[in-house]
Amino acid sequence: MYYIDLAVTGISFGCMYAIMAVGLTLVYGLLRILHIAHAAVFALGAYVTVLVANASGSILLGLIAAIIITPLFGMAIYRLLYEPLLKYRPDVPMVASVGLLVLMQDAFRVLFGEQGVTFRQNSLSFTTFDIAGVNVSAVQIAIIVTTAVVFLGLHLFTTYTRIGVGWRATVSRPQIATSFGIDPIKVRYLNFAIGSALAAVAGGLVALLNNLVDPGIGFVVSYKALAIIVLGGLGSVQGTLVASLVLGLVESYGTIFIGAWLDRDAIAFLALILLLMVRPQGFTGARTV
Amino acid sequence: MSAYGISLVSIAGINVILAVSLNIISGFCGQISLGHAAFFGAGAYAAALTMIATANVPLALLAALIMGCALGIVVGFASLRVRSDFLAVTTIGVNFLFVGFVRKQGWLGGEMGISGIPATGLGATGNAILIVVLACLAIAFSLYMSRSWMGFAFRAVGEDESAAATLGINAGAYKLAAFGVGTALAGLAGALYTFFTQFITVDSFDFVFSVMLLAMVVIGGVGSTWGVAVAAVGLTLLPEAIRFVNDYRLLVFGGLLVLVIRLAPGGLAALTRNLFARGKQV
Repeated sequence: MYYIDLAVTGISFGCMYAIMAVGLTLVYGLLRILHIAHAAVFALGAYVTVLVANASGSILLGLIAAIIITPLFGMAIYRLLYEPLLKYRPDVPMVASVGLLVLMQDAFRVLFGEQGVTFRQNSLSFTTFDIAGVNVSAVQIAIIVTTAVVFLGLHLFTTYTRIGVGWRATVSRPQIATSFGIDPIKVRYLNFAIGSALAAVAGGLVALLNNLVDPGIGFVVSYKALAIIVLGGLGSVQGTLVASLVLGLVESYGTIFIGAWLDRDAIAFLALILLLMVRPQGFTGARTV
Repeated sequence: MSAYGISLVSIAGINVILAVSLNIISGFCGQISLGHAAFFGAGAYAAALTMIATANVPLALLAALIMGCALGIVVGFASLRVRSDFLAVTTIGVNFLFVGFVRKQGWLGGEMGISGIPATGLGATGNAILIVVLACLAIAFSLYMSRSWMGFAFRAVGEDESAAATLGINAGAYKLAAFGVGTALAGLAGALYTFFTQFITVDSFDFVFSVMLLAMVVIGGVGSTWGVAVAAVGLTLLPEAIRFVNDYRLLVFGGLLVLVIRLAPGGLAALTRNLFARGKQV
């Protein structure tokens, strides 16, 4: 049963990583920027969720508010920060992105305090179910279900709607898509809006899981999500999901078996490096640039 | 000079060596590295252990140099396998692996770090002079290298690896050389840091510091030795200069970082170049 417990923890962490990282994958796929400030969008989503939930008494309302506010912020980041920097080397927008993350993290500390904000009512985090002898918390189930819905939704959207197909076309062949009448600038805004909304969902769920939102909440996203999108093959949504689950499980079992030699993050990155040595293009990256 | 001034000079000198050495890897040779702090740390730990065992300063410097270089060449081999952003994230991994490994090792002091490292016998001022001299040597070395045949080969590899290979440049060998040289200098900086503090913990060598070093390179102007050296001094002194905002230091620091990149995306080097070009036109 112990190993199954570890698997459940691993999968729920993996799902959490997946929704943290998928927005980053979308941005990278279109613009080739390592969007580290995605962590700041994630943190903003978490803060909006907890503040609105505490003010209104409804967690659902908090999540909805987060999903509405963060896309505006994401689009503003694109317009004000990345667009003017696109013609420079990729590490230029990346450093700007790091600056924004530092700025936002400290802004959250100044505005809402070092200790962070807790939910006034968070029944979700304390409810657990016993499924065939395995303990599963309600938040874990919510995370797994949300991940399934998000990835299925993205798949349906990019396969069956005109906007989704146009989006996919712009990602793979921007020039040809433009000549078919697709406005690449609108696609970029759409991309940042959807990516940011997904970051907000992830932020809200992690806030519920920890029952706490503090200024450092986004830090883990800033590096682990990068590891995941690289392992997934950079720019591939399916690859991101697979890489997240792999890292979640590796961390979960790794901390038990080699936790005495390496800490959690080191285990994840050891797995990343070993897998990249075998598959330098990540799981799904067949394309050689 | 006050003790505060001497420590500022020491830290600025160490950061100059680190930024200039990262510029050799990322600026000249185009291999973005986000794990430079790991090599800095490896050098610091090697120097600390050597100092405790022998209290011999030149030996500690040499040990740090070799340690940084050896680790760098191992990571350099990774750069032959993975490219561009894949490499950048692999180097983040190297940084986390280094920190996570050291944190769990009792013989390296674990979480507590290594304290009670013997002094160099040069005194605080002597240390600072040693650091400044070595920082100047690192700048001179980088300037020399950028004009040498090796520097041209590095730039060719950085600009377009396959084109360089077509011209008969062994891209892999030059990438390894860039990593070897850059990380050896980072190791050296690690030894100087150990001499300066006589107490090291692994938290000083984390990913956040690596990012800060890359910020120095980008703000200075990728590939420009002078620009990078000036940016390293500037970014070291900036948090001290904005001490008056006290509680909002990180807020202002992040904001300035964004503003500088946004207003001068080519870094200080491009900014001065443009100023001179404009001056000539008038």
